Amino acid sequence: MTAANATAIDPEAVPIAEDLFTWPAEEPALIGGKASDGSVVFPYRASRLVAGKREELEKIELPRRGALWTFTSQVFRPTSPPYAGEDDAKSFQPYTVGYVELPGGLRIEGRLTEPDPEKLTIGQEMEVVVLPFAHDAEGKQTVTYAFRPVDGTPAPKQTKEQAR
Amino acid sequence: MSTSGDIAIIGVGLHPFGRYDGKSALQMGEDAVIEALGDAGVSWDKVDTLWASSMEVKNPEAITGLLGLTGIPARSTFTGCASGGNTLAQAANSLRLGDANVAVAVGLDKHPRGAFSDHPSVSGLPDWYGDLGLFLTTHFFGMKITRYIHDFGISHETLARVASKAFGNGSRNPHAWRNKPLSVEEVLASPVLNWPLRQYMYCGPDEGAAAAVLVRAEDANKYTDTPIYLRASTLFSRRDGAFELLSPSLPSTGEQSPTVYASKAAYEQAGIGPEDVDVIQLQDTDAGSEVIHMAENGFCADGDQEKLIAEGATEIGGSMPVNTDGGLLANGEPVGASGLRQIYEIANQLRGRCGERQLDDPKVGYAHLYGAPGTAAVTILSV
Repeated sequence: MTAANATAIDPEAVPIAEDLFTWPAEEPALIGGKASDGSVVFPYRASRLVAGKREELEKIELPRRGALWTFTSQVFRPTSPPYAGEDDAKSFQPYTVGYVELPGGLRIEGRLTEPDPEKLTIGQEMEVVVLPFAHDAEGKQTVTYAFRPVDGTPAPKQTKEQAR
Repeated sequence: MSTSGDIAIIGVGLHPFGRYDGKSALQMGEDAVIEALGDAGVSWDKVDTLWASSMEVKNPEAITGLLGLTGIPARSTFTGCASGGNTLAQAANSLRLGDANVAVAVGLDKHPRGAFSDHPSVSGLPDWYGDLGLFLTTHFFGMKITRYIHDFGISHETLARVASKAFGNGSRNPHAWRNKPLSVEEVLASPVLNWPLRQYMYCGPDEGAAAAVLVRAEDANKYTDTPIYLRASTLFSRRDGAFELLSPSLPSTGEQSPTVYASKAAYEQAGIGPEDVDVIQLQDTDAGSEVIHMAENGFCADGDQEKLIAEGATEIGGSMPVNTDGGLLANGEPVGASGLRQIYEIANQLRGRCGERQLDDPKVGYAHLYGAPGTAAVTILSV
C-alpha cells in the first residue's frame, strides 16, 4: 500500500471491511455512526449506549479532509498475524500512521501515504483516499482507506461512482 | 511525615528482570516471594492470602504449588501494565476487610522475545485494524510524544537524556537487565523505530518477578522496625476523548489521561502534594512516556521537562529523582511484575538499602503505572 501503486485499483476490488468507507466512489468517504446527541463514532457500529440507553446509530459519511493531529512511523514489518500485508520482512516498506482531525472534532487513525515522517507536519491538510492493500480468500483485490497530504498533487484516480 | 497509612509493607523481594532460559515465570515468582518472606521475617505458613498477577501465566496463583499448598485464598488479577499497583491494592484490601492478617502480592511474567502481538478482537477492535498494521501499542507512544513535542517544545536530545539517565542508573543497579551506560549521542545514533522514538528509547519485554508482604499497620512493629506505609493506591481507566492506546478514533474533547486522575486522587488520599515526594517511579515504556508522565503526575508543568532534565533534576541526587533503578528502560517489562519492581525499589530506597544509587534519606515514594487499554495506577509509600 504505497503511493506508487495507488492507481492500480482493480475494478472488482472489495473494501477490506464492510461499512468502513463508501466504495466504489469517485470521492470515497469514511463511514461513521451518529447518535441522537450528535456524537459520532468511527468505525461505524449499529448501536451503542447513549446517555444510559442503547440506541441505533445513523450511518453517516464523514468529511473527507481534515488536519494532521499527530503521526509516527513503522520501520519493521509488524507481527503477522494480525498484520496481513502481502510483503515479507525483505520487501516490507516502512510506513507512517497518524490521526487526522476532521471538521466537527473527530480524530481518525489511519495509514498515511507519505512514508517519510520528516516530510509530515502537524496541522497540514489531509484527505481520505482509497488504495489497494492485499487480496481476500477468493483472490479479489482488497482496498483500504488512507490519508494523503493535500499538497497540490492530484488525488490518485478513484473509481467512478456506480450503484452498489 | 505522619505514618497515617493503615497498611504496611514489611518485606519485599525481586527476581531480577532479564532473560532466564529454562526457568519458568512461577519459579521466578517463588524466588521473589521467598526473598520477601525472608525480608519480612514471616514464614509461608503464616501467610493467609495471596494475590498474583501475570500476563503470560493464566493462573499465577498456582505459585502456591511451589511455596506450599496451605489452602489459603489465592487469587489473580490483571490490569495490563498497571497490574503491580492493582495487585498490591487488592492484597491491602484483603487486610482491610479482615479477610487476612498477612498478605502476599506477587507479579511474575515471562514474555516471548519481540514486540507484543495479539488478535485485535481481544481488545474489542475490528480485524481490519490488525490487517492494516495499526494494532501496535508502540504507535501510540510515537504519536503521543510527536504531539507533545509539537505542543510543548521538547527536543530529541531530551528524549535521549531520559534514556541515557536510565541506563546510567541501571549501571548502578546490580539487578538491572541493561547495565551498560549509554551516552546521549549513542542513544541518538540508534535507529528510529517509531518516529521520533529510537531503539534505545524503548523498553523491551522480558522476564522476572517481584513480591511484597503486607500486614495492617498496627501489626507492623511485630515484624519489623522499618515498615513502609501504603499511603495511597488508585487506579483509573480511560475517559472518552483521552488519547489512549489502540484507538481507531477519538473525539477532540481535550480529555486528560487516566494518569492525571489517578495522580490527583492519590495525592488526595495521602494528604500530600508532589513537592513532598522524594523518590519517583514513572512508567517509562519509552523515553517520551517518562517526559509526559512527569507533567501528568504533577511533578512539573508541561514543557518544563526540557530545562529540568538538562539540569539533571530527575537524576539520582537531583531535586526529583525518577526511576533510580533504571526503570523499565533498564529493567525491561515483565508486565505482571513491573509495578511490584517499582515498589521493591521504593521500599529499599526508603529503608536506605540501595547502595551506590541510594538517595539521601528519602521519606516519601511515588510509583506510577500506565498501559493498555488506557489504565493508570498510582501508589504512594512513606516511612
